[in-house]
Amino acid sequence: MSERPLPRPTELSRPHWDGCRAGVLRVQRCRSCRSYTFIPQPLCTTCHTGDLEWTTSRGEGAVYSFTVVHRAPHPSFATPYVVAIVALDEGFEMLANVACDPSELAIGMRVRVAFRALSSEISLPYFVQARSESPPAA
Amino acid sequence: MPANPLHGVAIVGAYNTKQGRRLDVPETDLLLDAMRGAVRSAGLTLADVDGIHCSSSTRWRPRETAMWLGGRPLWTGTGDVGIPAVLEAALAIASGQCHTVLIATAQAGEYVNREETAPWTRPSHEFTECFGLFTAAEFALIARRHMHLYGTRAEDLAEVAATIRNHGAQNPDAVMYGRHVTRADVLASRPIAEPFRLLDCALTSEGGAGLVLTSAERARDLPVRPIWLLGGALDRCGMSYVTPPTWDRYGDVGARAARLAFGQCGLTRRDVDVAELYDPFSFEVIRQLEAFGFCARGEGGAFVRDGRIAVGGELPVATNGGLLSFSHAGLAQLLQKPIAAAQQLREELPAALTVRGAEVAIATNGGAGALFCDVLLLGKERA
Repeated sequence: MSERPLPRPTELSRPHWDGCRAGVLRVQRCRSCRSYTFIPQPLCTTCHTGDLEWTTSRGEGAVYSFTVVHRAPHPSFATPYVVAIVALDEGFEMLANVACDPSELAIGMRVRVAFRALSSEISLPYFVQARSESPPAA
Repeated sequence: MPANPLHGVAIVGAYNTKQGRRLDVPETDLLLDAMRGAVRSAGLTLADVDGIHCSSSTRWRPRETAMWLGGRPLWTGTGDVGIPAVLEAALAIASGQCHTVLIATAQAGEYVNREETAPWTRPSHEFTECFGLFTAAEFALIARRHMHLYGTRAEDLAEVAATIRNHGAQNPDAVMYGRHVTRADVLASRPIAEPFRLLDCALTSEGGAGLVLTSAERARDLPVRPIWLLGGALDRCGMSYVTPPTWDRYGDVGARAARLAFGQCGLTRRDVDVAELYDPFSFEVIRQLEAFGFCARGEGGAFVRDGRIAVGGELPVATNGGLLSFSHAGLAQLLQKPIAAAQQLREELPAALTVRGAEVAIATNGGAGALFCDVLLLGKERA
């Protein structure tokens, strides 16, 4: 069995992956229009200025859509596993695995981010069901 | 405003090589067969071509295959295989850069490790590959959201898969010839990436395909019925398989391209007789029917019921068997959509699959899970 494919950070994405290794979810935010841009890009994809900064997301959100995969692309993935689009409360979306019983999964389910170290450089974000059913007060 | 330049260009050759799960032939031989077959079906030879866009999945690029024609100067395509290549070639002809373009592609021997999914279904990217994403999962995320919002049922997806697979079952050239499938068979097949089951997904195969375009002046002298370009446009929202395929942002991809393509020729959805829609997964057909306005948003699941998208129904879809049953050979299937549309209008498909009296066909490439959708309109009559 071959190795699970790991992300190869680029100059653009390295702050995100460095954040994951440190246990925080880092995302680009525009200083001008305050929109979030994810995946990492060299400009704000909303207002197109270049005035982006890296900020830390609370890592909380809701399942927007999901799939339970039974036929993995690669033998290094144990099936079944869940891949979801998570809508973060700040207003951006990301893909990640959700660690839960697939039968409990539903669109709208509250989740929060966690991290799993796969190498000295790479920790992967994943999501778990949030204990609280309502979003915490700001 | 000058007339639309696409309207002076016709498809005069359309050809598929043999397709199969495994063909045991070199990719180069398959590509040569696609090239020769396409020019032959136009009543031409390779010597008549002054433009070329021929490539294969693993081996040959257009500037390399151009050398096979002896080193004479040729217009040479640069873009993506499929509808983009057709539009690029048509505009080269319309602007007088060349008069006859051969487009061909082939794939063989690329899918060897069956422990993994086919290579062209598992692109590598830092924000997708590590989570176990691949093409089926990307399209499943779109389908699941639609089911949640609109109540689209697994049975509706199965209806699409069974209808298209039964078209292929009646096509002797399809990989799945003779393999009739019921809705229950689809629902009983093993899950791949929910809500998709095995029979909701494109097969994997090998094969080649070729197309010849020429000017109206040249088309007049050929011994074949020209099939005219009526309109075409590309909707592309960036790279496939790198960013979350959210329904809200990408669910309508192709709607703009279709609106532009219909606008180029003054036709409407009601004028379309046959729809060679790209069908990598059953749900994508439902989505395209909505995006193009054949039915309202959210009503695609109901639209596909009761034989409406079967040959003999109101809007036959993927009449050659599509990616689900005819072939899905890396990139060749992209070109096989305009080929299927041209073959319908040339009345070259098997009698049981021929849409009688069809005048206008739509062909598409791509889908929401891949963040692109290209549209081409073809007709028996010039626009």
